[in-house]
Amino acid sequence: MANTMPSNDALSKRGRVMGPRRYRVALLRSIVVLLSIALLEVASRQAWIDPISFIPPSEMALSAWTLLTDGAYREDMMLTLSSATASILMATSAGFLFGLALFKLPRLRRVLDPLLLSYYAVPIFVLYPLLIVLFGLNRWPLIMLGFLFAIIAMAVNTLNGLERVPQVLLRTARVLRMGKTREALLITLPASLPFVFTGIKLAIVYSFIAVIGGEFLLSGAGLGYQIAFAYNNFDNATMYGLMFLLLTFIGAINLVLHAVEHSLYQRRVIKEAV
Amino acid sequence: MAEALNLVTESPTPAIPGTHVAIRGATKIFAAPGGGTPLHALGPITFDLRQGEFFSVVGPSGCGKSTLLDLVAGLSAPTEGSISFEGTEIKGQVPDGVAVVFQEDASFPWLKVFDNAAFGARRNGLPENEVKERVEHALAFMGLSGFAKAYPSQLSGGMRQRVCIARAMVLRPRLMLLDEPFGALDQQTRLLMGEEMLKLWRETGSTVMLITHSIDEAVLLSDRIGTMSARPGQFIDIVETGWSRERGSETAMDPKYGALQSKIWSVLRNESLKALGA
Repeated sequence: MANTMPSNDALSKRGRVMGPRRYRVALLRSIVVLLSIALLEVASRQAWIDPISFIPPSEMALSAWTLLTDGAYREDMMLTLSSATASILMATSAGFLFGLALFKLPRLRRVLDPLLLSYYAVPIFVLYPLLIVLFGLNRWPLIMLGFLFAIIAMAVNTLNGLERVPQVLLRTARVLRMGKTREALLITLPASLPFVFTGIKLAIVYSFIAVIGGEFLLSGAGLGYQIAFAYNNFDNATMYGLMFLLLTFIGAINLVLHAVEHSLYQRRVIKEAV
Repeated sequence: MAEALNLVTESPTPAIPGTHVAIRGATKIFAAPGGGTPLHALGPITFDLRQGEFFSVVGPSGCGKSTLLDLVAGLSAPTEGSISFEGTEIKGQVPDGVAVVFQEDASFPWLKVFDNAAFGARRNGLPENEVKERVEHALAFMGLSGFAKAYPSQLSGGMRQRVCIARAMVLRPRLMLLDEPFGALDQQTRLLMGEEMLKLWRETGSTVMLITHSIDEAVLLSDRIGTMSARPGQFIDIVETGWSRERGSETAMDPKYGALQSKIWSVLRNESLKALGA
């Protein structure tokens, strides 16, 4: 029996075989980003790019820091953040339930399938006037815009996750004499979690895109609106500073989400590959 | 090929003493979707699994071996007939004391090896110290002690299957049903896993029913081997191997081993041809 056992070294290689390569890729990626920023810095300092319309990245960072510390845009930041959060919470919970309903009711799924497939072909922002009629002239139309943009991604990924729960795990639950609720909580949910998490990740990203995009085009408050306002008033320092803040914030969220998603999928992917 | 089958109709009701599982006229017919012709998958089958024996089932592909296992496990109810475990009829619900190991990897990828093995025992409400004791014993028995903190994705296919067997072992089942548990493994690992199953069977004293495609595996491991006909599956032969309880891979050197293999293959060959439509 001992002959069939891999050593602890082999085990650790199997589990972390991608480790060094992943770090190398991450290092290369960081180098590419830093080189691009350095290139932009040099290009704008040397006036290779029009200095009136583009400021050096170092000045963007400085402006972002000033905007963050002087608190002038705190209300707009909080407004954007709270709107996106409301949209994310609604989209993830309703999207999960909708995905569950599609999984449990095949007839409903057959009816809705073509609509779901073409859902993202609709430019969601055209619904804004209708949302104003329905919810009034306040933050809710924007929140609903984020919700509508995110819910289907969440539902489709939930459905995908539920469909991919291996039958053998459900049969195991029956052998272990688990009831339907325990089966759902202890087997179905964790087994589908990587895919459900992809839905959550997309719902977060889509909510931010819709809320900030909506503010930029259609609103009178929020970070998106302030970027548009600064742009229209040729206030490059504020515009780029706010953009820098936004990109850093969204980028950080995405990195965290990507890392969690990666760790969830890795167990499954290696398992399927062995 | 058109000759009539000599079907085995063992042990008429009631079950004889020493019977662990009594199967009486069990038949499974699956309704066809859309009102087509129903599929007669299995039976009628009548036979007994004896207390503490290692019984293997061989048969051509699609003959209903796994359907039989589902019925005995209580994962599915027979369309006709009855199945009793320890004198109590199973009615499509898995009874206490039964464990099943499937061919597919049924380890939970989100749990570490220790928690995988402990899963069923914890669900049954065993105290944590007893769970720990049982799991440590099962992992040591299956050669997985050093991997308690590993995730299944870090293990080979054979080791993951051992995790599933350890999970079953922790429950201390009185009846173990094995649905081609080594089917996805390479030949060497298969042989070693077979030896481990024999060790497990000897240690626990549980009754084992193994579904397998491999005549070698069946002959090497079993006290009795049931050969099934092409669908609808029925036992056409049940042979006693006569091996001692302390058997192992050296049993393959016994002259009787080859004779048993040939006997089973001679019965199975025609059925396999039928299953292939030849």
